[in-house]
Amino acid sequence: MKRMFAPLVVVVALLFVGAPYLIAQAPIESTMGLVQKIFYFHVPSWMAMYTAIAVCGVGSAMFLFRGNKAADAYAVAGAEVAVLFGMMGLVSGPLWGRKAWGVWWVWDPRLTSALLMELIFIAYLLVRKYGGPGSEKLAAATGLFGAATSPFVYKSVDIWRSQHPKTSVVPALLKGSMAGSEIPFMVSAFAFVLFATLLLMLRTTLAKRQAALDALYLEYEE
Amino acid sequence: MMRTLLAAMCAILLSGPVFALQPPSAQSEYVPAAPGASTEQLPAGPLLVAAYAFVWVAAMGYVWTIGRRLTKVEDDIRTLERKAGKASR
Repeated sequence: MKRMFAPLVVVVALLFVGAPYLIAQAPIESTMGLVQKIFYFHVPSWMAMYTAIAVCGVGSAMFLFRGNKAADAYAVAGAEVAVLFGMMGLVSGPLWGRKAWGVWWVWDPRLTSALLMELIFIAYLLVRKYGGPGSEKLAAATGLFGAATSPFVYKSVDIWRSQHPKTSVVPALLKGSMAGSEIPFMVSAFAFVLFATLLLMLRTTLAKRQAALDALYLEYEE
Repeated sequence: MMRTLLAAMCAILLSGPVFALQPPSAQSEYVPAAPGASTEQLPAGPLLVAAYAFVWVAAMGYVWTIGRRLTKVEDDIRTLERKAGKASR
């Protein structure tokens, strides 16, 4: 893991430098115009969030059912990174909506469920910070619940009538519905998911060191 | 029988407005603009720049907080190990 870290940093830096150039070269969409380019980092930020949610969900389940403490470090890292990327999605989305829909926010199924999912992971972090001893288990249950809601958030645009573009936008784009936009999107998506992986590694290291510090405190007090 | 029929009719009539008030169906794919076509009414540049800037600031801010927290934890571990070492002597 540690050996992978430095090359990953270099790859992420290169991708983040290259992505804006590629996004600038991508074609302009017919109805939304320039603002559609927010899509190239709005969707990748949700992809990164889902990656972090998956880590949090698996980590929470392993901690809850098997008592694996290392898994708990992954779970807390997943929750924190999920909140970060969720916030990016929740800020970039309304900036796009202001131009595309004429309003910053609508209480649409996708927007509302995405906001609730973000709040669940914020609740996870609050429970861990202020819940006192034993709050790790309660937080793990919250993490598991948050992970279970994520497929519904993703499919909400297909299940209910929504103003938000459907999930078919990305597959259609990758099939060439807007020639020239596939590479910028893929580079951006790859950069975001890789960046999320890096942050997960860093945050897991922090959680493990914090656990080591707590163990040292207990040892010292005894 | 009549009551069931009446209830069914009422249910159909009442469900009408619910379906009528649904928002229009969403866009299922993107279509490129014709070359030279006018696409902008509200300036999109500031919105695009604001979204991109937020992503960068949030990402860098988070990396900075992790670095700060990691440094603090390492300092605390070192201090505690030193104290524990002195106490054992």
